Amino acid sequence: MADASSLGFWVVPIAVLGGAVRVSTPFLFVSLGECLTERSGRINLGLEGTLVMSAMVGYGVSYLSGSPWLGVLAAGITGAILGGVHAVICGLQRVNDIAVGIALMLFGIGLAFYLGKPLIQPKANILPAIDFGWWSTIPQLHDALKINVLFLIGVVLAPALVWALKSTRWGLILRTAGESADAARAMGYSVNRIRLRATMTGGFLAGVGGSFLSLYYPGNWNEGLSSGQGITAVALVIFARWNPMLCFWTSLLFGGAAALGPALQSVQITWGYHLFGAAPYFLTLAIMIITCSPKRTLVGAPAELSITK
Amino acid sequence: MNFDRISRRTLLGGTAAVALAGTLPARIARAADFTVGFIYVGSRDDYGYNQAHAQGAAAVKKMAGVKVTEEENVPETDAVEKTMESMINLDGSTLLFPTSFGYFDPHILRLAPKYPNVRFEHAAGLWVPAMPKNIGSYFGYIDEAQYVNGIVAGRMTKTNKLGFVAAKPIPQVLRNINAFTLAAISVNPKITTQVIFTGDWSMPVKEAEATQSIVNAGADVITMHVDGPKTVVETASRRGAFVCGYHCNQAALAPNNYLTGAEWDWEDLYPKFVTMAMKGETIPNFYRGGYKEGLVKSSPYGAMVPDAVRKEADAAKGALMSGDFVIYKGGLKDNKGNTVIPAGAGLVQTDIKLESMGYLVEGVIGSTS
Repeated sequence: MADASSLGFWVVPIAVLGGAVRVSTPFLFVSLGECLTERSGRINLGLEGTLVMSAMVGYGVSYLSGSPWLGVLAAGITGAILGGVHAVICGLQRVNDIAVGIALMLFGIGLAFYLGKPLIQPKANILPAIDFGWWSTIPQLHDALKINVLFLIGVVLAPALVWALKSTRWGLILRTAGESADAARAMGYSVNRIRLRATMTGGFLAGVGGSFLSLYYPGNWNEGLSSGQGITAVALVIFARWNPMLCFWTSLLFGGAAALGPALQSVQITWGYHLFGAAPYFLTLAIMIITCSPKRTLVGAPAELSITK
Repeated sequence: MNFDRISRRTLLGGTAAVALAGTLPARIARAADFTVGFIYVGSRDDYGYNQAHAQGAAAVKKMAGVKVTEEENVPETDAVEKTMESMINLDGSTLLFPTSFGYFDPHILRLAPKYPNVRFEHAAGLWVPAMPKNIGSYFGYIDEAQYVNGIVAGRMTKTNKLGFVAAKPIPQVLRNINAFTLAAISVNPKITTQVIFTGDWSMPVKEAEATQSIVNAGADVITMHVDGPKTVVETASRRGAFVCGYHCNQAALAPNNYLTGAEWDWEDLYPKFVTMAMKGETIPNFYRGGYKEGLVKSSPYGAMVPDAVRKEADAAKGALMSGDFVIYKGGLKDNKGNTVIPAGAGLVQTDIKLESMGYLVEGVIGSTS
């Protein structure tokens, strides 16, 4: 092992890089999922519940079946089901999607805690990492470059979604439902059905994000596992202006910020670790304030969203 | 009838009488059993603080003529008062163990005068004679077990760097960090302990990141003080570092990397307290102790710990057991160079000054603010 102290301050950027890759994946999947849902004109605030519930299901299935990939799939399906419930309820007359989302969030968390009791103790198989740092003799860098496949899928997914929303028929219909439900109806599409699909797909992605928490990093099931990451990711979508590629970069930013506090403490910058923990939120607030204007709605916001209507 | 004339008190009294009449037969039927209530802030099997208490509760359950009621995930808010009241009024508990730190002030202090016949036993609280006599506060000197951890860690490290993932810089946590470091230095003067504070008791992602950072900084033996050490133990062992556990035995999580651990021994204490309460004896209001009193213990050594190290750690345990060993010796310096304990004025474990510790000793890398 090379002498760690010789790296000096370089420990920090390496840790932030590693942290960005490790911590960002749940943010990435939840925000991509939510991005899809919101582009169809609906907000699903229940994704925090989806994240926790699917983390529990993924862990449980991996434990019982021995296959973590089956766990990821089960987590995704759980997310899709919860998304479907949200979409069906919101499809009824005069139902507020934000209220349903909050109800589903509490439902998901509560159910996960209840059903997850017997899963706190057992050790399930967790997902493998691909070693991209084999060339490096610096152990810190080597470890930062151990990357999980789910992260790579996310990396591919973000530009793929940008393309799909922009250039495919499916994306056009989705955006139509999000910008003007009347236009979509006039074209003969069922707005509810479009939003059902978008919310279920969004739920599926959030579910996969949840399985990353329980099956890779931190890689166990406990009740404090999410600690609000689902909600943060939903806010991230607004920050990212409903653009999947920006969702990717902001997720990396939030992930890196999570690593910044501990990394600074390890190079003896010990003041203000609470402040560094809050850094991404300050940044979000600042950008919100700078870019908001009373003269127009948020740039990029789907017109049908209940927050912009 | 003029309903305005019924005061709230009359109404409450009347309602209470009706409610009491309803519960009376149930109470009599249950009178044979002595009911004890346990309240946890988190999950009962968290491999941590709550599991240690739940293991104590399980020992009480085995006693004859005792009924145990438990509730998990009770936040440190008014919710715990509701839980305590329902344990008292509905289950007929006469001895309660609300185990989380934040339950004490103001919740237990508020309920105790209202239920003078119920005994409230709280972990870690600081009972003073001005408080109600039906409150007891007990706690273990777990820094003794962290001292033994430190001996093993100091001998097992190859990089001479140890790591400590801690929640908040409060006295109990600082005491553990300091005892761990002092012990390691006593066997290996070259070591340093890198401490990282996560800011809260249960933050799995932050704890994992903190562990990564410490390992990246070169530490190869890690210990912790967070509510659920599971994440730190697993993350450290995946990075190939050795681990000293905390709260309870986590060897099952990292069989090849778990050296030993500082554990609570509530299984020993709780049945003692329950027996005293059943016999009608008074439990001391202020109860403290370490290895000697059976409040703390060490996990069995992992297979990788050599015999010589085991002997050294056992010797330290023996010295602490005898009761005259002083961890915080006179002339102690903090990591800013100030002398925090004057020469010749070593603090014994029972010294109340230690319960307000606010410094990190020389050899610890980190800061309390």
